[in-house]
Amino acid sequence: MEYGFTIAAYVVAAVLFILSLGGLSGQESAKRAVWYGIVGMAIAIIATLIGPGQGLAIVSLVLIALGAAVGYQLATKVQMTQMPELVAIMHSLVGLAAVFVGFNADIMINNVADLYEAAGQVMGAVGPDGYTAIGLPKEINDGLSSFGQLIAKKSSVEITILRVELVLGIWIGAVTFTGSVIAYGKLAGKVDSAAKQLPGGHMLNAAAAAGSVLLMFAYLGGAGSWTLVLLTLLALFIGYHLIMGIGGADMPVVVSMLNSYSGWAAAAIGFSLGNDLLIVVGALVGSSGAILSYIMCKAMNRAFVSVILGGFGGASGEQMAVEGEQVAIDADGVAAALNDADSVIIVPGYGMAVAQAQQAVSELTRKMRAAGKEVRFAIHPVAGRLPGHMNVLLAEAKVPYDIVLEMDEINEDFPDTDVVIVIGSNDIVNPAAQDDPNSPIAGMPVLEVWKAKQVFVSKRGQGTGYSGIENPLFYKENTRMFYGDAKASVDKLLPMVE
Amino acid sequence: MKIGAPKEIFPGENRVAMTPDSAVLLQKLGYECVIETGAGVAAGFSDAAYKDKGVEVVKTGAALFKAADVVAKVRPPSEAEAKRLRQGQLLISFFYPAANEALMELAKDKGASVIAMDMVPRISRAQKMDALSSMANIAGYRAVIEAGNNFGRFFTGQVTAAGKVPPAKVLVVGAGVAGLAAIGTSTSLGAITYAFDVRPEVAEQVESMGAEFVFLDFEEEQQDGAATGGYAAVSSPEFAAAQLAKFRELAPDIDIVITTALIPNREAPELWTKDMVDSMKPGSVIVDLAAERGGNCKLTVMDEKIVTDNGVTIIGYTDFPSRMAAQSSALYGNNIRHMMADLTPEKDGVVNHNMEDDVIRGATITHEGAITFPPPPPKVAAIAAQTKEKPKEKTPEEIKAEEAAAFKAQTKQQVTLIGISAALLLLVGTVAPASFMQHFIVFVLSVFVGFQVIWNVSHSLHTPLMAVTNAISSIIILGALIQIGSSSLLITLLAALGIFMASINIFGGFLVTRRMLAMFQKS
Repeated sequence: MEYGFTIAAYVVAAVLFILSLGGLSGQESAKRAVWYGIVGMAIAIIATLIGPGQGLAIVSLVLIALGAAVGYQLATKVQMTQMPELVAIMHSLVGLAAVFVGFNADIMINNVADLYEAAGQVMGAVGPDGYTAIGLPKEINDGLSSFGQLIAKKSSVEITILRVELVLGIWIGAVTFTGSVIAYGKLAGKVDSAAKQLPGGHMLNAAAAAGSVLLMFAYLGGAGSWTLVLLTLLALFIGYHLIMGIGGADMPVVVSMLNSYSGWAAAAIGFSLGNDLLIVVGALVGSSGAILSYIMCKAMNRAFVSVILGGFGGASGEQMAVEGEQVAIDADGVAAALNDADSVIIVPGYGMAVAQAQQAVSELTRKMRAAGKEVRFAIHPVAGRLPGHMNVLLAEAKVPYDIVLEMDEINEDFPDTDVVIVIGSNDIVNPAAQDDPNSPIAGMPVLEVWKAKQVFVSKRGQGTGYSGIENPLFYKENTRMFYGDAKASVDKLLPMVE
Repeated sequence: MKIGAPKEIFPGENRVAMTPDSAVLLQKLGYECVIETGAGVAAGFSDAAYKDKGVEVVKTGAALFKAADVVAKVRPPSEAEAKRLRQGQLLISFFYPAANEALMELAKDKGASVIAMDMVPRISRAQKMDALSSMANIAGYRAVIEAGNNFGRFFTGQVTAAGKVPPAKVLVVGAGVAGLAAIGTSTSLGAITYAFDVRPEVAEQVESMGAEFVFLDFEEEQQDGAATGGYAAVSSPEFAAAQLAKFRELAPDIDIVITTALIPNREAPELWTKDMVDSMKPGSVIVDLAAERGGNCKLTVMDEKIVTDNGVTIIGYTDFPSRMAAQSSALYGNNIRHMMADLTPEKDGVVNHNMEDDVIRGATITHEGAITFPPPPPKVAAIAAQTKEKPKEKTPEEIKAEEAAAFKAQTKQQVTLIGISAALLLLVGTVAPASFMQHFIVFVLSVFVGFQVIWNVSHSLHTPLMAVTNAISSIIILGALIQIGSSSLLITLLAALGIFMASINIFGGFLVTRRMLAMFQKS
């Protein structure tokens, strides 16, 4: 079979991709896992390039080289703190590519239909067995590209399914594209990160979705390609509006959700092209993103739907009033407490990423560890703007990963800890989640920092967190507020800690 | 106000309650300091040393009691000293009020307040004035030194040109402050050290000091150490028997035994019986720190060193701290100074005898003409309560039943899920053509594999995971590669754009992932 070689290569590539994802279970095996992914991708591309039906291999290679150059620039120039933006914008590329490939499939179907007409036949007509398509006369068929031949061989039922698939691929791709662009804008601070919606709110989304369904049926009914264009526009709008309505604090979920979408788009396109590798990889990516979103939502104790529909659900009653006042402290006081402490836990948040304070924090950690203190990091699952964001930043600053612990591993240790430093996190250390049933974040698992002997909160000012609620932690007796930019604050501490 | 320390009149007592160093710090609290001439000589502090630090030296004890508003002593006052107390005067010293009731009555009749240093509650805040602990620490250290002095061999094992020396084996019974100090000293001298205590929760402390904890094969409801203020409680006869059997087994191998077992307000328990002493090797040494209360070994003679018929030396000294008077005076002087600091929160040299304060209340035994002993239990628990055992051990049957139930529920859930999925698949299969179903099977299997694989990804690698999945989601490039060869210009153009964008993603995604992963490192 002429496809034999290509398919064999696809199998190898698929296995490598699965190994690549599986290898991410540990830091050491992960380094090998990336190579599995790279080799798998290389095999897949090469097999397609030299496989049957490929024209313009040289042009393709040139284009790949160009893309490689751009990708290389992006990947090497980016700051680790900008990682969420980069991942978001790259999702948009996959989404857009899916839209293009989907449109191509539609154009090809039209072309083939024209050919059938020219040959005096009806596309999709079936032969005497009532199942196999009659197909074009051989001389016309041979003149088509391999993709054209594939379509030409399809029966009418198969053509309909093909159309459903490509509509799905285009729709998801378009939502991913605008959604990712907005997510990028929010993460990069180019778009206001607050949740904003046009008047009408979710009704607009619902209307657009309903319109999309209508247009899909119109398209399937043979209304022509304009329906597809209109459907794409609606999908672009949904992507834009959906993500605009989600606040910055929910970005980890959004990014992993978009990741999932880009996978489903690839899978849908894979169906329409009859390409199993696309289906396999799309499904892998799709399920991976879905699981990540699920983990994030669980960490925030929120339903996936309420995250996607944007904003926190309204509080059901009067929130507890916060008593006391925030007591400020200067660097001398913090340094003295650190010098006295035997065990220190640092709780980093998005504020550390924004201030680029991870190097200074790492240096502080190194100094304190050299002085024989036990220093550990407590990472909340939704700290930062990307799943695992803090781990990456700390790793960049050369903080050893075995002192960086997850919430479940470290939450019980707070009562035995002398000093906790909260750097730029707010909601994830908010005791109201446990104490106040009326709080919007009630029930969300939080790091129980207030149980430590002393808590220092490094924070820019007295404002609230992303969820916009008061944090009673700041008013507790054992809490001191260390105001100022996180990096400047930690830098001030460095010379004073021995 | 004036604070003064008389010369200790108890025979053989070398310590003094105020050192030149502590006097400086007391003066910072606003007090004037007085000392009886020659009070510090036995501990190595001359009158001149005190004078240099601005301490007034008076000729006699009587003069000192007259001059000072606060009298600091080490030993409980003698009757003669107690008679010198006057209305409003404050005496700080060891007192042992339970054993010295007559003396306490006398102090009360004189109208003086007495703070007994041995009554300082054992709470974290009061550790700095816990003189019992600071003295016990010295006693534990000195016990090992005395043992070494009477032990004819090395502590540490050595292999020398002249032959091999086995290491000494030391057993410390009772791992309180003195016991732990003895363990630390003994291990740092190089001996193989074993330790025993009736409170199994101290095993960790023992091991942290480098000794091996001797466990008994005995299960008993141990009383929570927190309930007795951190001291040992009386153990049951069965437990005591098991304990003695263990010691009997160890005795022939042990070179040095240091016993420190005391139960508050009781005679010391007998832990090292005559037959154990008899089974020990000649030249072995027993140091009995409980000698004052009758000794953990009944052969012990208080304040004396004896040698048994089989050549075992038994030391029953009770004045170990006094034998290291310079060190113990320095620590005791600091304990007194911390007590004074708590008594003068304003640092104005005036005693503020605040009976609301847990520590001061607990240590005060007479105040304003009344006896205030024994004190009410402190408001703060002495030491952290032991973490309670898990609710109750489940029987194997219960565990089995639970597991079976969980297994059943899980099976039910899985079967339901599989059933629904299978039904849905069949439904699709009835309408969709075979070519679609082939791809669909691949799709479903891939989703399944994805779910299985992704759950194992560790949380810290979620960002690299996103970057990798982002990179491999550009597999969409295959679609564009297949289409670019088309005859239609529009298709070619769109496909070319798709290839370009997807390849940005491939290279960017993998490179970024590699960058991230390269940064993860172990400490």
